Amino acid sequence: MKLSRRRFLGVAGFTGAAALGTAGRARAVSADARGENECAMLVDTTLCAGCRGCEAACAEVNALATPDPDVAIIKARRETGPETFTVVNGFEAAGAHGEDRFAKRQCMHCIAPACASACPVRALDKQPGGPVVYRGERCMGCRYCMVACPFEIPKYQYDRLAPLVRKCTFCAKRQAEGKKPACAEVCPTGALAFGKRGPLLELAKGRVYRNPEKYVHHVYGEHEAGGTDWLYISDVPFERLAMPSVRDEAYPDKVLGALGAPPFVMTLWPPLLMGVYAFSRRRDEVARAAGASRAPANECDGDADAGGRHG
Amino acid sequence: MARGESWFREKILMGMDGRSYLRSLLTPFNLLVAAILAVGVPVIVYRFTSGLAATTRLSQVQPWGLWIGFDMMTGIVLAAGGFTIGAAVHLFGMHEYRPIVRPAILTAFLGYLLAVFGLLTDLGKPWNIVMAIRYQGSASALFEVAWCVMMYTTVLLLEFLLPAFEWLGWRRAHETLMRSMLGLTVLSVVFSTMHQSALGSLFLIAPAKLHPLWYSPYIFIFFFVSAIAAGVSMLVLEGTLSHRIFRHRITGSEPDVEKLQLGLGKAGAIVLFAYFFLKLQGVAEGRHWDLLFTGWGAWFLLEIVGFVLVPSLLYGYGARHGKVGFVRAGAIVAVLGIVLNRLNVSIIAYNWNRPDHYVPSWMEVVVSLTLVTMGVAAFRWIANRMPILSEDARFAVEPDEGRAPEKDRAGLLSPLTERDREERTLPRAAAGR
Repeated sequence: MKLSRRRFLGVAGFTGAAALGTAGRARAVSADARGENECAMLVDTTLCAGCRGCEAACAEVNALATPDPDVAIIKARRETGPETFTVVNGFEAAGAHGEDRFAKRQCMHCIAPACASACPVRALDKQPGGPVVYRGERCMGCRYCMVACPFEIPKYQYDRLAPLVRKCTFCAKRQAEGKKPACAEVCPTGALAFGKRGPLLELAKGRVYRNPEKYVHHVYGEHEAGGTDWLYISDVPFERLAMPSVRDEAYPDKVLGALGAPPFVMTLWPPLLMGVYAFSRRRDEVARAAGASRAPANECDGDADAGGRHG
Repeated sequence: MARGESWFREKILMGMDGRSYLRSLLTPFNLLVAAILAVGVPVIVYRFTSGLAATTRLSQVQPWGLWIGFDMMTGIVLAAGGFTIGAAVHLFGMHEYRPIVRPAILTAFLGYLLAVFGLLTDLGKPWNIVMAIRYQGSASALFEVAWCVMMYTTVLLLEFLLPAFEWLGWRRAHETLMRSMLGLTVLSVVFSTMHQSALGSLFLIAPAKLHPLWYSPYIFIFFFVSAIAAGVSMLVLEGTLSHRIFRHRITGSEPDVEKLQLGLGKAGAIVLFAYFFLKLQGVAEGRHWDLLFTGWGAWFLLEIVGFVLVPSLLYGYGARHGKVGFVRAGAIVAVLGIVLNRLNVSIIAYNWNRPDHYVPSWMEVVVSLTLVTMGVAAFRWIANRMPILSEDARFAVEPDEGRAPEKDRAGLLSPLTERDREERTLPRAAAGR
C-alpha cells in the first residue's frame, strides 16, 4: 500500500481534530483569580480558647460522630478523618507569653484546589462562591485527590464497601441559604470571622500591622498553595502550631506544562510517523526494483490501494 | 452437534479428547498456577466483599499502594514492547523483527488488561469508572491516563484479533483488520506517548511528597523514555523465553532470535544511556547534587547506575561483540531497574519524610502475584492455540499492504476456498466424510 493522500488525511485529520478538543481544556481559571469575592474565613489563633464548640457544631451539621468530650484530648495531635471534618489541637504554653495556643484544622478551600484539578471525574469541584464541594455519586475512589492535596485533607472511608472521600464542605449548603458555616456560627470568642476573602484579608493585615509586636508578620493562606479561602493569623510561628509548610504556588499549575503536551503529540506524531512510513516504504520499493531483475515481486505492489477503496 | 464438538476439540483441546487433554494439564507449571490461583482468587473475592481496609495497608496519608505502584505503573510500562516493536516493524520498515511482533502485542494486551483489572481492584467504587466518560476532569493527569489506557487497550485488542481471526479462520474480518493496521500502529504510538508520560505527570502535583531526587518537572519525559527502554528490554526477554518455550509452535522457517536480540541490545544500549543522562539532568536541574550523599542519594544512585547504566553497558558490550548472553543479562537488569523506578516513584520514595512508611500487606502482594500469574497462563493458553509465534501462512499478506491482493480476493491465488475453510476448521468431520 502506498501512503495515499486519503489515508494520510484520514489518520492525521482524526488525531488532529481530537487534539483540538483537548487543547485549551486544562485552563478553567475563574475570573476572580485572587478569590476576592469568594467566601472565606479568618482564624485568629490568638483569640481561640480551645472550647472545641466548632468541632461539636460541625459534627452535628454534617451528621458525624460526636467528638470525644474528654478535655484532655485537645493536647493530642489529632488529624481530621472520614468522620471528623475539623479538629482543634492545643499547644501548651506556645504563646508569646506562655499562653496555650490552639489551631483549628479543616479543609483550606484553596482558590485553585489541587484536589479538584486532580479529580478525573470532577467529583471534587470548586464552587465560584468559595467552597470545594464533593459529589460522591460520581466518585470512583481513585484517591488521586489525597495524593494531590498538600494539606492532606481529603480522607477516605477505607472500611466501607462503597467508600467516599470525606472532608469539610465549608457548609456549602448553609452558605447557599445565606447562613454562616456552623463552626463560625457557634464560635464564642470571635476567633472565626466569616466573610468575603478580600475584606477578610484586609482585616487580617490590619490586625497584624496595628499590632506588629504581637502578631507574626504573615497571613497563612494568603499565598499558600496559591491562596486559600481559610486564612490564619498567629502570634507564634505557624510551624509551632503544626500548620503544614506549603509552597506559595497554585498546585494545578504544576501539571499544566505536561498537560499541554497531548495536543502537540496528537497533531505532530501521526504526520511524522506516516512520513517515516512513506520513506521506509519507498526504500523497500527501490530495493525491490533493484532486485526485480532476479526475481519478480510476488506481492501486489501496492497499487490496488492507492486509488481508494473501491476505485 | 458433532461439528461443534470437533471444533471445540481442535481449537480448544488442541486436538486431544477430553480425558487426555485433562491429563496433559498435569504439569508442574499448571500446578503452580493452580496453587497461586487457589490462594489469590479467594483474596480478590475477599477484597470485594470486605473492603480495602480489610485487605490493604493503605492509609489516609498513603492512598496508593502496591496495586497502583506495581499493577498499574509497572504493568503498563512493561507492556511498552507492543507499541515499540509495532512502530519499528510497521512504520520504520524494520521487517526482520516481524517474528517478535505478535508475542509483543499479546504481552502488551494482557499487560494492559491486568493493569486495568488491578486498577479496578484498587478503586473504591470501580463501577463508577464509566463516570470518566461523562464527567471529564480534563485538568487531571489521571484523566489523560484513563482515556489513553482505554483507547490503547482497544487498539491492542484489535491488533490481537489479527491472530485470533486467523485461528478462527475468519478471512473477511482478518482482511478488514489488515487494512487498518497502519492506522492502528500510528494510534498505538500516539496513545502510548501520551499515557506512558502521563503516568509520570501524575506525581507533578505532589512535589512535597515525592523525594526531590525522583521529583522533577520533566518526570513525564523520564517516564516516556524509560518506557521505550522497558519495551525493548521486554522484547529481548520475550524473545528469549517465548521462542524457547513455544518452539513447537513456530511454523515455517525459524527466525534467528539471537540476531534480533543483538539488534535490540543495540537499541537498548542507546535508549538506556540517554535515559541515564536524562536522570542526571533531572538532578542538575533541581540542583540536588548534595542529596546524592544522603541515604536516599545512595538508593537513587543504585537505581540509575546499577539498574540503568550497567544494563546499558551490558547491552552495548553484548551487541558490539555479538555476545547474546550479555544482552539477555542486560535485559533482565534493565527490566528490574524500570520496575524499581516505578516502585520508587509511587511507593518507596513517596512519603519519604514520614516515619511510618507503607509496607504492603500479604494480601496485596498475593493479588498482584495472582494477576501476573493469570497473565502468564493466558499467554501460554493463547500461544499454544493461536498463531502467535508464527503467522498463519494461509493468511499471508504483507501487513503494510493493508489488504489482500485483488486477485487473491477473487480466490484465484488463495488456497483457502469456502470448502477449504470448512475443512480447516473442521478437520475431523471432513476426514470422516
